[in-house]
Amino acid sequence: MSTYNQRSWFRITALAFGFAFLYVPILSLMVYSFNKSRLVTVWGGFSTEWYGKLFENEQILQAAWLSLRIATINATVATILGTCAGIALVRFGKFRGRNLLSIMTTAPLIMPEVITGLSLLLLFVALEQLVGWPEGRGMTTITIAHITLTMSYVTVIVQSRLASFDVSLEEAAMDLGARPAKVFFLITLPIIAPALLSGWLLALTISLDDLVITSFVAGPGSSTLPMVIFSKVRLGVSPDINALATIMIGLVALCVIVAGIAMARQQRIHQRELQLVNT
Amino acid sequence: MPSKLSMVNLLRAGLTYMGLRGRTAVIAIPYIWLLLFFLIPFVIVLKISFSESQISMPPYQPLVQWVGNQWSDIRLHLNVGNFLYLGEDSLYLRAVINSIKVAAISTLLTLLIGYPVAYSIARAKVTIRPVLLMLVILPFWTSFLLRVYAWIGILKNNGLINNFLMWSGIIHQPIVMLQTDSAIYLGIVYSYLPFMIMPLYANLEKMDLTLLEAAADLGCKPFKAFTSITLPLSMPGIRAGCMLVFIPAVGEYVIPSLLGPPESLMIGKVLWTEFFNNRAWPVASAVAIALLLLLVLPIVYLQRTQDRQVDSA
Repeated sequence: MSTYNQRSWFRITALAFGFAFLYVPILSLMVYSFNKSRLVTVWGGFSTEWYGKLFENEQILQAAWLSLRIATINATVATILGTCAGIALVRFGKFRGRNLLSIMTTAPLIMPEVITGLSLLLLFVALEQLVGWPEGRGMTTITIAHITLTMSYVTVIVQSRLASFDVSLEEAAMDLGARPAKVFFLITLPIIAPALLSGWLLALTISLDDLVITSFVAGPGSSTLPMVIFSKVRLGVSPDINALATIMIGLVALCVIVAGIAMARQQRIHQRELQLVNT
Repeated sequence: MPSKLSMVNLLRAGLTYMGLRGRTAVIAIPYIWLLLFFLIPFVIVLKISFSESQISMPPYQPLVQWVGNQWSDIRLHLNVGNFLYLGEDSLYLRAVINSIKVAAISTLLTLLIGYPVAYSIARAKVTIRPVLLMLVILPFWTSFLLRVYAWIGILKNNGLINNFLMWSGIIHQPIVMLQTDSAIYLGIVYSYLPFMIMPLYANLEKMDLTLLEAAADLGCKPFKAFTSITLPLSMPGIRAGCMLVFIPAVGEYVIPSLLGPPESLMIGKVLWTEFFNNRAWPVASAVAIALLLLLVLPIVYLQRTQDRQVDSA
């Protein structure tokens, strides 16, 4: 058994190093948000003054509000579009143009953002010249750009969820005479609901975070939160950004943990139901 | 007055029609969206990369112009000057080579760090695997920009590492770590680590462990078993993970501009500068097309790897 133990020591060390690497920077960011000193990394005692400063900063508050509005609309539309694409790719068999749809839903995931951003901006400019829409650039163009980027993430999540559950449930409902729309709302939707929730959350966080694509398609007066953060961070570290980071990371962690617990519970109920059916 | 039966039939026919229409709509809505906002924009980038710069808004000349009223009066201004310009100025070539170098080194480092982690998760108890996976994905949910920003505080001259080393008396002068190429590697490894771990984990978790038992029974040492069984079998995961890190890393903008030296040449940064600082939209478009051509091969390779995995599953 000695070799087994040695290997388990290796595994524990690898995990410890891996997770330390992932989490120490985030934790240091959060700890130093409570630092009294203006020099972010020199400890000058505990203080929450940067949080107060943050809420007096009109520019950051406005940007945060704009980002939140864009992110919510984006997440909702992206979830609808991404779910449609996911269902089409997994459930509709072979149809004309399926390959192109498959490529178009995976390409935005790995495409360097400078390319996506530039190409969308050029589209908006060309559209404005041709049909007069969208008028200038701002919230609308940013939202469209974000939807294009994030719907791919939703598609991938919905696809994997759809692929992992049994088609026979849907087929049984169809055999019993349920219409496709009814099957979708009564059978498919409840089963893929956790995937929709995680897709929605992921679309929300990506939208709240995107800098590069947003910078291309944003207009004057439509600075989102990442754009304001980036312009501040370029000049060096500043304690109020640490405070902002702590709030944002805390909120995201809370959302993800709550969603995770909810999904685990749903999974357990689902499994219990399956067991009941089987016995 | 139609009979009851024919009413039912009519209704059914109508609903089938609706069902079919519903199906078409489910395909058509995302399809049209992606065609309009993802595919067509690339065609426009291609078009503008061939047009000439001019000082106006938008800052490029139209490719097709009607100089008169007749069809024969169409003038096509196809300008390959932007691409020739990219070839002439060695800045662009150096940027391309440097981007590939930075992305390749970072991908290799990500693999070296990600593999042991993915392996350890895949071999952990089934009950704690979801928790460990959650811990890998969680940072991915928090702001990318802020995670890169966190490294500025750690690496800078009066940052965490230097402060600690000076306080403990190991060094007396701060080591310059921020604004170096190594800081870019670190930033990329840190930001893209989950992209490497996830496909590796998916692959390692599916592996047939009886193969390793058989090897052990035949007297094979664990390390030898790893190099001759586990490693070759995990190649699809390694390929997918490496491509998922390499492709976005080549065009990375935020990490080199926050952590790298100001003069660092990355193609994403060059595109950004051409577009925002020089307002040279056609040149920026040409850079985008060049970058896209550069990435076509790895993207096709990734798609193939994934198709093969789907086929074998």
